[in-house]
Amino acid sequence: MKNIKFLILGIFFAIVLSKTQAISWYRFYEMFTFQSFHMFGIIGGAVLISAIFMQLFKTGKIKDINGHKITPKPKKKGYISTLFGGTLFGLGWGVSGACAAPIFVILGFKLVPALILLLGALIGTFMYGAISKKLPN
Amino acid sequence: MDFILQPWPWFIGGPLIAISLLLYFYFGQNFGASTNFETLCTMSGAGKVSDYFKKDWKQRDYALLFVVGLIIGGFITEGFLIPDQTIDLNPDTIQELSDLGFSNVASQYFPDEIFSTEVVFSLKGFLILIVSGIFIGFGTRYAGGCTSGHAITGLSSLQFPSLLAVIGFFIGGIIATWVLIPILF
Repeated sequence: MKNIKFLILGIFFAIVLSKTQAISWYRFYEMFTFQSFHMFGIIGGAVLISAIFMQLFKTGKIKDINGHKITPKPKKKGYISTLFGGTLFGLGWGVSGACAAPIFVILGFKLVPALILLLGALIGTFMYGAISKKLPN
Repeated sequence: MDFILQPWPWFIGGPLIAISLLLYFYFGQNFGASTNFETLCTMSGAGKVSDYFKKDWKQRDYALLFVVGLIIGGFITEGFLIPDQTIDLNPDTIQELSDLGFSNVASQYFPDEIFSTEVVFSLKGFLILIVSGIFIGFGTRYAGGCTSGHAITGLSSLQFPSLLAVIGFFIGGIIATWVLIPILF
């Protein structure tokens, strides 16, 4: 069970998201109406500090647990897929107030609504997989 | 202990999320959440219908354990670590939502108008959640990532596709809050 550390990290991440209110529908509504700094502070802070870690990965100052260099996977390129796919994701996020990781966390708060969101997300993923070859990049 | 039970300020959230990312990479894997939707489809047998899902999900057992942790963490926090779900929301936001017909705005994390049992089992309430979920699932796979994978991992490692994806997230989110929510409620 060498992967049990991921389970513990998941618990930690869920507590962080919940305690900072980063799973609250209201916080995302407030973010998309630009009426509060709260979520921008959280995401912006996370990105800035992560950028420092990324530099430490790049220069090899931080290596992974096995001593290997850490290199984040390159994201797939494509103007249409990232912009248009991102917009579709944003529509779902903006209405439901849930993005990917929080859907799993919200199960602990609102079980049935989160199960419906998760079912929808799996249907959406399945639909994408079924037609992905025909979509423009 | 008192600090744990209080809401945590934003300047705690950023660093702790970054530390989660650091540990995820330190443990030897790429930080993100939405690929798990694919893995769950594969486990449900989607590979029989589309080659896209013909993958070995056992190679992602670590990510599934992370997901199990997210679920357990949600139950722990809800049960023990948040005695009061009141949110210190901008008064303008509270007024706006009240005008749209939302009740008890910001007295809990999730509004009854979308998340109460009564609403969830109504046709409109069910459709709002399931269609949102479909957009989240389809969109994140088409874009190649979500808030974790694109906004945090991608932006911090200066990947241009992630910038485009995050711009998309905000276009969608702004349309949702400024146009769709006033129509739906």
